[in-house]
Amino acid sequence: MKLSRKWLNDFTHISATDKEYAEKMTMSGSKVETIECPGREITNVVVGKVLDIVRHENSDHLFICKVDVSRDEPITVVTGAQNVSKGDIVPVALHGATLPGGIKITKGNIRGVKSEGMLCSLSELNLTVNDYPYAASDGIFIIRENCVIGEDIRPVLGLDDSIVDFEITNNRADCLCMRGLARESAAVFRVSLNLPDPKVKGSGGSITDYLDINIENAQLCPRYTARFVKNIKVGPSPSWMRERLRSCGVRPINNIVDITNYVMLEYGQPMHAFDYACVSGKRIIVRNAFEGEVMATLDGTPRALTPDMLVIADASKAIGLAGVMGGENSEITENTQTIVFESANFNGVSIRKTAIALGMRTDASSRFEKGLDPLGTLPAVERACELVELLGAGEVVDGVLDVIASDSAPVTVKLEPEKINRLLGTDIPESFMKDCLTNLGFSIEENMITVPTWRSDVSHYSDIAEEVARFYGYDEIESTPLRGATVQGGLSERQQFERSAGALCRGMGFSEILTYSFIGHSLLDKLNMPPDHKLRNAGLILNPLGEDRSIMRTTLLPTMMETLAGNNSYRNEDVRLYEISKIFLPQDGKPLPDEKTILALGAYGLDMDFYAFKGCIEAVLDSLRVIDPTFRAESGQFAYHPGRCAKLYVEDDCLGIFGQIHPQTAENFGIDHPVYAAELDFDHIFRYRAKETLYTPLPRYPAVLRDIAVTCDINITVASLSACIKEAGGSLLQQVSFFDVYTGPPVPVGKKSVAFSLAFRSSSQSLSDKDIAPLMTNILDCLKEKLNAQLR
Amino acid sequence: MKSMLEEIKNTSLSAIDSAYTLNDLEALRVKYLGKKGDLTSILKQMGGLSPEERPVIGQLANEIRTRIEDALENRAVEIKQAQLESKLREETLDVTIPGKKIFVGKKHPLATVWDEVTDIFIGMGYTVVEGPEVELSDYCFTKLNTPPGHPARDRQDTFYLTEEEDICLRTQTSSVQIRVMEHTSPPIRIISPGRVYRKDEVDATHSPMFHQVEGLVVDKGITMGDLKGTLNTLMQSLYGKDVITRFRPHHFPYTEPSCEVDMQCFECKGAGCRVCKEEGWIELLGAGMVHPKVLEGCGIDPDIYSGFAFGIGIDRLTMRRFNIRDLRLLFENDMRFLRQF
Repeated sequence: MKLSRKWLNDFTHISATDKEYAEKMTMSGSKVETIECPGREITNVVVGKVLDIVRHENSDHLFICKVDVSRDEPITVVTGAQNVSKGDIVPVALHGATLPGGIKITKGNIRGVKSEGMLCSLSELNLTVNDYPYAASDGIFIIRENCVIGEDIRPVLGLDDSIVDFEITNNRADCLCMRGLARESAAVFRVSLNLPDPKVKGSGGSITDYLDINIENAQLCPRYTARFVKNIKVGPSPSWMRERLRSCGVRPINNIVDITNYVMLEYGQPMHAFDYACVSGKRIIVRNAFEGEVMATLDGTPRALTPDMLVIADASKAIGLAGVMGGENSEITENTQTIVFESANFNGVSIRKTAIALGMRTDASSRFEKGLDPLGTLPAVERACELVELLGAGEVVDGVLDVIASDSAPVTVKLEPEKINRLLGTDIPESFMKDCLTNLGFSIEENMITVPTWRSDVSHYSDIAEEVARFYGYDEIESTPLRGATVQGGLSERQQFERSAGALCRGMGFSEILTYSFIGHSLLDKLNMPPDHKLRNAGLILNPLGEDRSIMRTTLLPTMMETLAGNNSYRNEDVRLYEISKIFLPQDGKPLPDEKTILALGAYGLDMDFYAFKGCIEAVLDSLRVIDPTFRAESGQFAYHPGRCAKLYVEDDCLGIFGQIHPQTAENFGIDHPVYAAELDFDHIFRYRAKETLYTPLPRYPAVLRDIAVTCDINITVASLSACIKEAGGSLLQQVSFFDVYTGPPVPVGKKSVAFSLAFRSSSQSLSDKDIAPLMTNILDCLKEKLNAQLR
Repeated sequence: MKSMLEEIKNTSLSAIDSAYTLNDLEALRVKYLGKKGDLTSILKQMGGLSPEERPVIGQLANEIRTRIEDALENRAVEIKQAQLESKLREETLDVTIPGKKIFVGKKHPLATVWDEVTDIFIGMGYTVVEGPEVELSDYCFTKLNTPPGHPARDRQDTFYLTEEEDICLRTQTSSVQIRVMEHTSPPIRIISPGRVYRKDEVDATHSPMFHQVEGLVVDKGITMGDLKGTLNTLMQSLYGKDVITRFRPHHFPYTEPSCEVDMQCFECKGAGCRVCKEEGWIELLGAGMVHPKVLEGCGIDPDIYSGFAFGIGIDRLTMRRFNIRDLRLLFENDMRFLRQF
């Protein structure tokens, strides 16, 4: 909301500098975004009168003017403009003048004639023909304002103003106008406030002879107020009005439209004017739109309306979209003779829904949607008529049609100073509280506060507390350390576990990433996820930002792959990434999905292969003290290499999957080298952590080591060989460590050689060959018998 | 004979002096002192000497033997020392060659700031509580005094999962407030960090997904002064003891009174500059006293208890901390970016 400080002076006098004004308003809750002085860049430009004008001898398009700028002598100015005549009043930039855009004007010599300044056009002063409709758009600005020769141009053109731009919070629709901000300003600076009531003289007759109003939907239109003006003379509005509109960012159009806009800026009440000639049946009906009804709005666009939208109609057709925009069919034109001023109160939610549904948020709709003062319609329409009379723009017919369809009782709140002080931690006297409230238009009788109708945001003692606090000053409230019962804070075990997991991943060289929770179907296709896969069953966003952000992810793999692919395309080498984040699995019979935490890992690079990747996972799990994880080959998982993928188990629970990404999938992501990924169920990992750690005494006797290499069928897994050895080795066999696998000559085709190192140890004695020999025999027998694995 | 001994002494000592390896030295020992060595063979001839000469020559020979032995030993020490020195010289490395690369992974900058904020509150006795990101609109809005029809609930601002708009992606971590208050009786002192979602197109300063830390305190006699004290402590922990803050009235549906907290611009000290968009202040967070209606809706008697709540945007905090100009970098996860932290 833009406020003109000059206009503000109509209602209250605040002597503060712009900076002080902004500071105090901001700290009372009306946040100032910017302050602009439209004339800031204009200096040394004055009003001049052209005394004489002759052609330049050495030019066919230049003129030499003698200009009176109220100095000792008239000055000489050379101009190229073709619209200047003797006697014209013009803006003159003198030697040393500055103009918008950092332009500097200096004396000069133009084709042998000295020129002591420059005559200015509208655009050189940063103005347009909308601001001065009588001026030429492409020539010197011939001024028709009341002014004195030699005077500074800025006050003449209203450029000596400061425009304060406020960010008004949603609850304060009453501050979206000059009178509202004047009330706040006066209260903040504790100065008197003068908000005059409009007075309409009238010209006889009666509005009821011309018009009847019928509100069909009282809920969406609690009040509709109208006045009638005849013998309209449509023309430009006076410069003071145009200046004020301009300063608040509204483009002047003609006196009638300008009046409605002016009243909206002054009172915050959107107004509309219909051409009465276009209102058939002498009736205005406020009703819901019909099914299939179409109406063209003022911008010329036909709008398909739905029955939940409110329209202003006459006896036969819609002539306006209530609270949003008028209809093209009843627009004010140059030929308009008679008008109806509408000043109505509409339901904010309904207006907002209509505006959003039609994609046309207007100045009016954005005001209505915040909820306006239901009592604001009458003063606004009165002010509009007062302005009509002031501008001589028409004759106001006597009488007001003011239909109150639904009325609400004024809101009252008890003033409870102690309670307020208790909430704020202050000791503010009751008299101060009362002053604040009365300055803002609240009335207080005994200890009962009546809330003004424009303050629909106040209904509770805490609202009163805020009013008091913001005038007392938030900064004046003493900061106190938190008291009360001491509570034990901290991270839960689970939260600490998550932090540890992250630290371990980083220790393994993996960097943390952070990706969006929503993905697109196309990303699942890229992973070659089958169309009927259960992970396709995902929460769908009804109103996504696009297909690629439309489903809540059920796996972290897509974004991990996307991130790896991104890094690959940036030619980042040896990349290792991790993410601990949520997936969203829909649950039958429950409204909300199961949000599971997943630890995803992804890597590629020269030092990365399946076993290096697996080693990292094993190291992380080991450090998190996950007990005895086992690995089972998995050949049917989409996105993964069928021969290089494993599922991770503890007992019979699957903790996750990892492996090399299927080359086809990798290719879909533009990666032409091996890439590895893991998706681990973090909730399971947490569940299977060792909950307590107990010390095992260190061995007192040395271990006896035996290395064996066996030849077996190539499909026999190391895990099964190892399990077989462990089983056959008995309790003295403490450790079985795999250390090599070999295929190729002299090992026959279809066979492989696998080497293990076995450690035997007793806790009660040193072992000898004699103790070991029968165990080794048993191991080799078992390997041969169960797995057909023979000692090499 | 005496002169022969002197001769042996002289030649052997000079030979030892000029020996350069332990092998040479050993050869000299054999040559002079060995069983067939020069000295030994001379001593063998002692039998031919007169009884008067014998002890004299014998003593001389022993002296010479001792001299040679000492010389051999000393020279051996010297040679070993020289050999060690030469070996060490050969082993000299260019210590400026970089060490073997071990890359320790990086923490995401946002997580760093997130943990930092969390830890500050843990130090003040807060518990960390998490809540669902896909949330009931009841918890995200209605129970936060934001009834259906409120602009904040518009489809152009909030992502919904159902046509009825009863399930949304939470737009604020404040939803966790309700979940906690419904199940916990005061005193409550929690923070809730998490992801939140709003329908903003991606650009340098906007993202449809971002991060907040929500705080909630409910107890008997909690005041707005306590809120100020708490947030001032946070600001001082984050930005140093000299940070200047201001509390400015604002509006949130679920707190009353509400405020926004600004920090005086660190760049211009309040004079106005590009960093603070000429305002002199940088907006940091929103806060306020929990609206009595919100307490009541969660079954907490507002006549007995009061509380405050605040919400801090972590993404902006991260950008400021690390001077990151484009929010998109946080979600792109380019190693060239991550590596810098």
